[in-house]
Amino acid sequence: MNWWQIKKKDADLERELRSDLELEEEEQREGGISGEEARYAALRAFGNPTLIREQTLAIWSWNWLESLARDLRLSLRTLGRTPGFTVIAILVMALGIGANVALFTVVRGVLLKPLPFDDPDHLVMLYEAGLHEDDTAGSNPVSGGMYDEWKKQNRSYSGLALAKGIRVGLSASGGQLPEKLYSALFSWDVLRTLGVQPALGRDFTQADDNPTASGTVLLSWGLWKRRFGSDPAILNQTIHLDAKPYTVIGIMPAWFDFPDPSTQLWTPVYHDKPEDEMTSFSNHMFRVVGRLKAGVGASQGVADLSIISQRTHNAHLNDPFIFQSARSRPLLEHIVGEIKKPLYVLLEATCCLLLIACLNVANLLVARSAARRKELAIRTALGGGWLRLIGERLMECLLLSASGGALGLLLAFAALHWLMQTRHDMSRVESIHFDGVVAAFTVGVIVLCALFSGLIAAFSSSDKRILGALHEASRSVSGGGARPTLRKVLLTLEVGLTVILLIGAGLLLKSYERLRSADMGCLTQDVITMHLGIPDARYPTAAQRANFYDTLLERVRALPGVDAAGFATVVPGQGYQIDWTFSIVEHPPLPQGSGQFALSRWADRKYFHAMGIPILRGRTFDGGKRLDAANEVVISQSFAGQYFPGEDPLGRHLRARGKNAVIVGIVGDTRYAIGETPKPVQYYPLDAGVETVGTLVIRSSRGPEQFALPVQRIVSEMDRDLPVSDVLTMNQLLGQSTLDQSFNAALLVAFATLSLVLAAVGLFGVMSYIAAQRTTEIGIRVALGAKREQVMRKMLLDGMRPAVFGLVVGLAASLEAGRLMRDLLYEIKPLDPAVYAAVAATLLAVAAFACIVPAWRASRLDPMQALRAE
Amino acid sequence: MMKQAQQRVGLLQGTLDMLILRTLLYGPAHGHQIGKHIQRTTNEFLQMQHGSLYPALHRLEQRGWVSAKWETAPDRNRECKYYRLTPKGRKQLVAEESQWKQMAEAVARVMWPAAEEN
Repeated sequence: MNWWQIKKKDADLERELRSDLELEEEEQREGGISGEEARYAALRAFGNPTLIREQTLAIWSWNWLESLARDLRLSLRTLGRTPGFTVIAILVMALGIGANVALFTVVRGVLLKPLPFDDPDHLVMLYEAGLHEDDTAGSNPVSGGMYDEWKKQNRSYSGLALAKGIRVGLSASGGQLPEKLYSALFSWDVLRTLGVQPALGRDFTQADDNPTASGTVLLSWGLWKRRFGSDPAILNQTIHLDAKPYTVIGIMPAWFDFPDPSTQLWTPVYHDKPEDEMTSFSNHMFRVVGRLKAGVGASQGVADLSIISQRTHNAHLNDPFIFQSARSRPLLEHIVGEIKKPLYVLLEATCCLLLIACLNVANLLVARSAARRKELAIRTALGGGWLRLIGERLMECLLLSASGGALGLLLAFAALHWLMQTRHDMSRVESIHFDGVVAAFTVGVIVLCALFSGLIAAFSSSDKRILGALHEASRSVSGGGARPTLRKVLLTLEVGLTVILLIGAGLLLKSYERLRSADMGCLTQDVITMHLGIPDARYPTAAQRANFYDTLLERVRALPGVDAAGFATVVPGQGYQIDWTFSIVEHPPLPQGSGQFALSRWADRKYFHAMGIPILRGRTFDGGKRLDAANEVVISQSFAGQYFPGEDPLGRHLRARGKNAVIVGIVGDTRYAIGETPKPVQYYPLDAGVETVGTLVIRSSRGPEQFALPVQRIVSEMDRDLPVSDVLTMNQLLGQSTLDQSFNAALLVAFATLSLVLAAVGLFGVMSYIAAQRTTEIGIRVALGAKREQVMRKMLLDGMRPAVFGLVVGLAASLEAGRLMRDLLYEIKPLDPAVYAAVAATLLAVAAFACIVPAWRASRLDPMQALRAE
Repeated sequence: MMKQAQQRVGLLQGTLDMLILRTLLYGPAHGHQIGKHIQRTTNEFLQMQHGSLYPALHRLEQRGWVSAKWETAPDRNRECKYYRLTPKGRKQLVAEESQWKQMAEAVARVMWPAAEEN
């Protein structure tokens, strides 16, 4: 029955009762009683009309709903009376709930939601494995040759497809500048294997995917919108990629971002890559995605492929770089692999934060219920049911956490918006949405918070010593013992959780700092880098290529203010990229089945100077040796140490890619990525005119950023179709590669700071409350001659005790938490003593600060005033 | 006053509904009439509590055993809320009556076994 129906019923009932009462009155009058007397007699016979009304109405109404509404009204009024408390509690809840909802939304979108592909449970990512004995867990890319064998011979997969992310230059067209784009090479059946259709146009066919076919390309929705104005007429038009023509055959849906989020276009791999790369067994460069046939398990599929790998390996024993087995991982795991652990750590951190928020609100409620003790005792004495009182308390908490949740939801929206803006590089960031599950999660969290904080508070006030409370309240000499104890326990827990968060944040922060201060082996200041590459199609000969870079570097070096400039295919911090196998001509041949490989880079002769990589022995490349005559190689220190132990490498020859090169110099070690140990590197001369794509580095002590535009002008003067991209200072380049770490550390530090503030507020609240309760006691003590310092010391100790207990508990629990985080740390132990000490000191300092104000205030009490206070 | 109070007893649980239904068998009546009727018929032995009468009336109405309507009372110039028995209420009355009879007989058999044997 609805409330308006009840209202109608109530009016009706009132009329009925009035009418009957009047009848009774008339009868009484007829019986001979007159005037007022009759009225009173009628009322006496009738009983209390209001009570009757209420009792009768109870027949019609939903009793519990009504009492709920009453609780709600009451709670609103109670909360409204203490706006300060209400605002603080709601804010605390909002922070806790908001952080949790935001992170849960991310975790759900990224980790829990199935991939948007057809029947994603059957999709796996395949790797080669088993080159070395200990190599069982690696995720090695697959060689074109092995893929071919797998595809031809396997019986477990209904589809096996190949993908590789690359970069291409999109030529200037229609008044638009040339640009460098992330692109992916697909075998023709990738989309079929994933079960995805282009949004417009058609998929690749087998006929598109071979060297003799004409070029075809699929565009991403974003590129189509941005560069071609969402014009469907682009279909079947020709665009130029690295100066070669490609026909646009389709546009992919907006959500499609395989193999990674930055991919903007897709081209067929067998068309783009030379045949020898596609058939090589030792050139491992591709990602292979497979769809398991129905009823075939992942391990069964891997076993099938491993047999093929083993057979191929045995057939080519002279090639030491053919893997012997295969490995697979669910596709989802491959895509989110790196982000999974940090996300879960962050989720645990937000859970801690929420728990702290709940504890804090519970603490505030306990304090309030202590203040309302007299009221509650009176209500209990007048027959207020225990359940009703708890219900009321829960309703209050529900109101608090619901408003907190609503506010938190707004915070979560803002946080997610910010996240999508700043971390669009994150895998699956596009699948993060608010949806039904997130809504349910939010409601669940709100209810849980209300129950948690409400029940703690309710049980704290459920003691039956009504009389005691009434007595005590009439003249309180010292605060009742029970409640401060409960509050101290809550505080201990809160402090403990804060310590865990602080230690987690401290560890991440320190490891991030270590990471950023790791010596890269080259200059990181005053250096700017720019990515550029010349298309083979327009620079077909080695001489043209070598000349281009000669001219470019010459003109760049001539710019006023440039201290040095150089060019290399890969600079430190840009990743592993390429390694080559090599042999040392002067050494005896290695036994069959073993081989050597090292990172390989092409560099111009002044690159080492420009990057500040020291030449330890020998010299750099001879500028006079060009093209085929460029037969020199420079090696890194660790290369020399590893492959020429106890001998002088200078003058020896390396044989790689079928050519001999003489070692002319040894340079210092560099790290290919921040956080990785230096690996051996072989540098070949750019003057050979082989390599076409790389990074220009410019060093200037007068702000290298200023050269971004002049250099781009030079490049476009030399070739107006050449895009320059990724203009980054060395610091920015390294910053990008530590984005994850800095992001995680920043978030965790934010959470830890918040929880520290919450714990401090809690501590301050409890101390102020205890001090207020003890006003009379302290007054008596002071009046009897206690020194103010003594009072202060006692109060301080009282307040610090829960903080110290909490610290101990938290430190103990952090041992476990640190273990969980081990994978996220760089060069520090989970038990880093400095971090533990710093956290303990910070916490104690904050706790002391939170306690000192109430303690000081207590010690300043004027005894006379204190004694009169009640 | 004291004497009167002693003579009046509370109703047995659950019998009020039956009494109301039985009263309405004579025709529609308003709450006051129903209360007065039960009181008078039992020679003031059963004291009607308004506090239970009205909830009972409304309970019966909610269950659909009686229907209620505002009508002008024939003897007085005022509107009263008249309750009348519905067909469903009639059935209910028969059922409760037979139940009560069985109950009374059962009680009687325990209380006065000799009388039964005679």
